[in-house]
Amino acid sequence: MKPRHRRIALIVAGVAVLALAAGLVLSAFQQNLVFFFTPSQVAANEAPQGRAFRVGGMVETGSVKRQPDGVTVNFVVTDTAKSIPVAYKGVLPDLFREGKGVVTQGRLENGVFVASEVLAKHDENYMPPEAADAVKKAQATNQKATGTVINAK
Amino acid sequence: MPSANLQNESASFNWFKYASPQAFFPLAGAIAPWFAAFAAVLFVVGLYIGFFVAPTDAQQGESYRIIFIHVPAAWMSMVIYLAMAFWAGIGLAFNTRLSGMMASALAPTGAWFTFIALWTGALWGRPTWGTWWVWDARLTSELLLLFLYFGFMALQAAIDDPRRADKAGAVLALVGVINIPIIYFSVQWWNTLHQGSSVSLKSAPTMAATMFTGMMVMVFACWAYAIAAALWRVRCIILERELRTDWVRAYLGKQT
Amino acid sequence: MNWGSMIEFFAMGGKGLYVWGSYGVTFAVIAIEIAMLALRRRAAGHRA
Repeated sequence: MKPRHRRIALIVAGVAVLALAAGLVLSAFQQNLVFFFTPSQVAANEAPQGRAFRVGGMVETGSVKRQPDGVTVNFVVTDTAKSIPVAYKGVLPDLFREGKGVVTQGRLENGVFVASEVLAKHDENYMPPEAADAVKKAQATNQKATGTVINAK
Repeated sequence: MPSANLQNESASFNWFKYASPQAFFPLAGAIAPWFAAFAAVLFVVGLYIGFFVAPTDAQQGESYRIIFIHVPAAWMSMVIYLAMAFWAGIGLAFNTRLSGMMASALAPTGAWFTFIALWTGALWGRPTWGTWWVWDARLTSELLLLFLYFGFMALQAAIDDPRRADKAGAVLALVGVINIPIIYFSVQWWNTLHQGSSVSLKSAPTMAATMFTGMMVMVFACWAYAIAAALWRVRCIILERELRTDWVRAYLGKQT
Repeated sequence: MNWGSMIEFFAMGGKGLYVWGSYGVTFAVIAIEIAMLALRRRAAGHRA
C-alpha cells in the first residue's frame, strides 16, 4: 500500500465511523423527542405501556416521605392537573426539592411509578438567596391576598 | 509591510481588495493580536465578576458559576457554525478563494467550543440534575453539532484539491445549518431536562444583574478569542495553500 | 466579596471539582489550540 492510499483508507474509515456515530445520535434524538411525559399524559394513557418511560413534573409540596428502611423515598409528581405517586430506592440529586421540577425514569406498577432514576430539573432563574427569600415572601403575601378575595366571595 | 498597505488605503478603503488571500494575510496578522489582547483582558474581567462580584445562587449554590463559561461556549459553538456556513456558502456562490479558507479556519475553533460546552455541561449537570448526560433534545443536538464539525474537517482532509475540498465542505456545512435552530429552540419545542434560556431578545434576562454582566463579559471574551484564533489559522491556511506563489516565498524568505 | 478565605474559594461550596474541572479544561483547550496554531505556522514556514 502506498502511503497515499493508506491515508485515504484511514480517512474513509474515519468518515464511516463518524457517519455511524451521527446516525446513532440521530436515532437517540428521534427516540427522545419526548424526553418525559407529564402526569396528565400518563393519566390519558399517552405514555408507553409495559415498558420504562420518564415522568416529569413538580414534586408536590409535603409529599416527600422517607420509609423506615432508610433507602426508599416516596413522593408525588404533579403537573397541578394530575399527579402520580412515585417510589424510589437510591440517592436523590442535590437539587431535588419539594415544589421544584423533577424527571424520573421507571415503570408503572399498580398505579405507583417505581423509579430507577430520579433527576432534578431546575429552572432558568438565577438569583442570590436574599432575592429568592424576597420572592418567596411576596408570593406568600399574594397567596394570602388571593385567599382573602376568594373567601370574601 | 502591512503598515504601508494600510496607509495607502486610508482615503478610499476598498474592502474587496482584501478578498484576495495575499492582501488579507497582512491585515489578519495586524488585527489578530488586538483581538487576542481584548480576549485576555475580557477573560480576566469576566472571571473576576463571575467569581468575586456575582453572588451565590439561591437554588444551586456555587455550582451555577459554571454558567460563565458554559453559556458563552455554547453560544459560540452555534455562532461559529453559522459564520462557517456563511463563508462556505459565499465561497460556493461566488467562487472566492478566501471564503473557503475562512470556513476551514473557523471549523476547529467551533469544534473546540462545542467540546467545552458539552464538557462543562456534564460537569454542571452532575451536581445539579444528578447526571452527567441524558439523551434529551438539547444535549443530543449539541453532540450532533460536534459531529458536524468533525465531519466537515474530515471531509476537507480527505480531498487533496483544496478548491474541491472547499466545495464538498460547503455543501455539508450548509446542510448542517438546520441543526442550529434545532439546538436553540429544542428547549421550547420539546420536553427536555435542560432548562429554558435565561437570556432572550423578547424579555429581560432571568438572572441577577451582576451574574448577567459577568456572563456577557465572558461572551465578548469568547468572541474576541474566536476571532483571533480564526485569523491566525486563516494565515496558516493561506501560507499552506499559496506556498508556491512568489509572494509567500518572498515573505517566508524574509522571516528566516 | 463572596469568600472568607482561599480555602473557601477553592472549595466552591463543596462543588470545587465540578467548577474548577470546567474552567481548568476550558483554559487547557485554549492553550492546546494556541500551541497547535503555533506548530502549524512553523510547519508552513519550514515547508517553503
